[in-house]
Amino acid sequence: MSPSNGTGPTHHTLSVYVENKAGVLARVASLFARRGYNIESLAVAPTDDERFSRITIVVDVESAPLEQITKQLHKLINVVKISELDPRDSVERELMLATVRAAGETRARVLELVQIFEGKILNVGHGEMTVSLEGSPVKVDDFESLLRPYGIVELQRTGRVALPKLDRTV
Amino acid sequence: MQMNGGQALIKSLEMEGVEAIFGLPGGAILPVYDPIIDSPIRHVLVRHEQGAGHMAEGYAHVTGRPGVAMVTSGPGATNIVTPLADAYMDSVPMVVITGQVGTASIGTDAFQECDTVGITRSVTKHNELVTDAQDIPRVIREAFHIATTGRPGPVLVDIPKDIVDPTNPRSAMEWYWPESVDLPGYKPTTKGNGRKIREAADLIAQSRRPVIYAGGGILKARAAEALRELAELTGIHVVTTLMARGAFPDDHELCLGMPGMHGTYTAITAMQEADLLIALGSRFDDRVTGKLDGFAPDAKIIHVDIDPAELGKVRRPDVPIVGDCRLVIEELVKVLRDRGGADGLADRTEWRSRVSGWLERFPLTYEPSEPGELLKPQYVLEQIRDSTTTPEDTILVSGVGQHQMWASQYWNFNHPYTWVNSGGLGTMGFCVPAAIGAKVGQPNRTVWAIDGDGCFQMTAQELVTAAAERIPVKVAILNNAYLGMVRQWQEMFYEERYSEVYLSPDLPDYKMWAEAMGCVGMRVESPEEVPAAIEKANSINDRPVVIDFRTDAREKVFPMVPSGATNSQVVVPESQAGLAR
Repeated sequence: MSPSNGTGPTHHTLSVYVENKAGVLARVASLFARRGYNIESLAVAPTDDERFSRITIVVDVESAPLEQITKQLHKLINVVKISELDPRDSVERELMLATVRAAGETRARVLELVQIFEGKILNVGHGEMTVSLEGSPVKVDDFESLLRPYGIVELQRTGRVALPKLDRTV
Repeated sequence: MQMNGGQALIKSLEMEGVEAIFGLPGGAILPVYDPIIDSPIRHVLVRHEQGAGHMAEGYAHVTGRPGVAMVTSGPGATNIVTPLADAYMDSVPMVVITGQVGTASIGTDAFQECDTVGITRSVTKHNELVTDAQDIPRVIREAFHIATTGRPGPVLVDIPKDIVDPTNPRSAMEWYWPESVDLPGYKPTTKGNGRKIREAADLIAQSRRPVIYAGGGILKARAAEALRELAELTGIHVVTTLMARGAFPDDHELCLGMPGMHGTYTAITAMQEADLLIALGSRFDDRVTGKLDGFAPDAKIIHVDIDPAELGKVRRPDVPIVGDCRLVIEELVKVLRDRGGADGLADRTEWRSRVSGWLERFPLTYEPSEPGELLKPQYVLEQIRDSTTTPEDTILVSGVGQHQMWASQYWNFNHPYTWVNSGGLGTMGFCVPAAIGAKVGQPNRTVWAIDGDGCFQMTAQELVTAAAERIPVKVAILNNAYLGMVRQWQEMFYEERYSEVYLSPDLPDYKMWAEAMGCVGMRVESPEEVPAAIEKANSINDRPVVIDFRTDAREKVFPMVPSGATNSQVVVPESQAGLAR
């Protein structure tokens, strides 16, 4: 896996609705490994119906045509539904936690950055600060690159989750 | 009714109509073997778990019903991985039950523990670890449903010991049998899209050089009759892939035989020159297409398959149709009939004369052996085929390699479900156990196993099973003392540098080995002995027979499309090399 670097033309988001059973994530992951498809990021969580979970996978469509990935996923017995989420027609969110060096005068600049991006301060140490940002993957990318010059000690991103945009026609 | 998980498992198999289990007991599966004593299901005790898997496959190939194998945990399970992979590649319906260590020991590296579900995940259509005795009937019902519907395939059910062991309270369950299965993510499409079928009919009507490319899906869908109707209605020639031999009768005037790397010249060339390929339950395997970007360059493609992932996986179809081959072909025939049948089709006189020209100039051929030389393998096959003592509906089983190609080429397959082989995975050692499974499935039919000497040595011990269980299969070893197909490649592509392919003709002594295993053993070295040996084998029906046919190692399989070449570069036997193509 490589870090998500925003939605370029080579990426696609699949929202895979699966039965909430032991081993389903392993089935999905080993299918990708077996068929030589690359996963950019992956997020799993239960849905409002406890019998099902949603796996949000960002795939590198250069490794295989999306159609073939989708069809192979459909062959897994526990996969119920697959929606392909075009970034233009969906809302996407990602969460990032980062511990940044923020001693002396840089502390104010980091704080300012957090304010501009509407992030949060989660923890403060003597020379470091842990901040969080929830937002669109592009926004999280931007925040990450602006934080980087200050010195990132540790960084964790969740991978994106997404839902389709709602139809607003009456 | 209260029962334990082991009893529930066997009762579930009975409910599914299972008549035979191929298996071998061991520690973890031991409790399930106790209720087998009281069950009407026949258990065939194998000598190696791989044998159990291939027997289940052979059974499934000839009956269309799922084969069932049962083995213990750890090495029992890993030994059956090859048959699972084989069945997955060839879409063979099979249910494999594996024992597992008790639920409390899972993950502790217990004795004979392995991650069976993890290991077999990518070689099964589905697998499941059952952790509660109460789930057993449901999971077994689902396993059979998944194995036999949609694109068939192997399903593995992993059963921890504690939920089947009557001395463990965790094995207690209340018996039930589910009325139906509830699998929200599994709803195979069987009926083809009407608009696509009409589009297919349009292409068929316009085509001047059409070929039907029939694959194993025809047999899985029980669509041989429908295929024949389509071919006869439209007058379109049919090629039958290695997995589809018998799906269309070889003696039919429209049959062109097998396509692919060792197919007939006409089948290969007709596909290559076609303007329309009607792919029915076939999957554009690399052994059929040759170099892909030079394959059938002018052909439009109609592709019918029950597995949507096959459509567009290798070659983009012009008309993709997801559905059961039989239902789709029947619908297509109806549409074509409504449009006037043969009268609505383009003129194909020129194409027909080209095809018959190829058939005439490029039949399968080989040079008969000179006096004193070893047997020609093709001659042995012809003799078995043509012997008046060999029934017409004989089931032919093969291993993998040269003998498999000759068997597919030289036999006349005129009935569906008379050919059993390992196509996709190419599993050496498949033949003997698969033949035994086939004979269990069709006890009234003659089963001839055509094996190579290399293959035979991999699983021959299952003839002990066959002798003990009175399963009278007939094995013809085409013994050329080599790993013949590898030898052929080394001769043709490695400047005759033969590396690690020599096996010796008489080590082991196949006749003595056969006799030691309770079979009748024979050795045949000259052409004139062949008919009598076959006649004798055909007359023995109380035990297996093994004939060691000493064949000529120099003989190669032709035609041949060399690896990496396009199908236009097919190499024909020397005697046809100068002929106009």
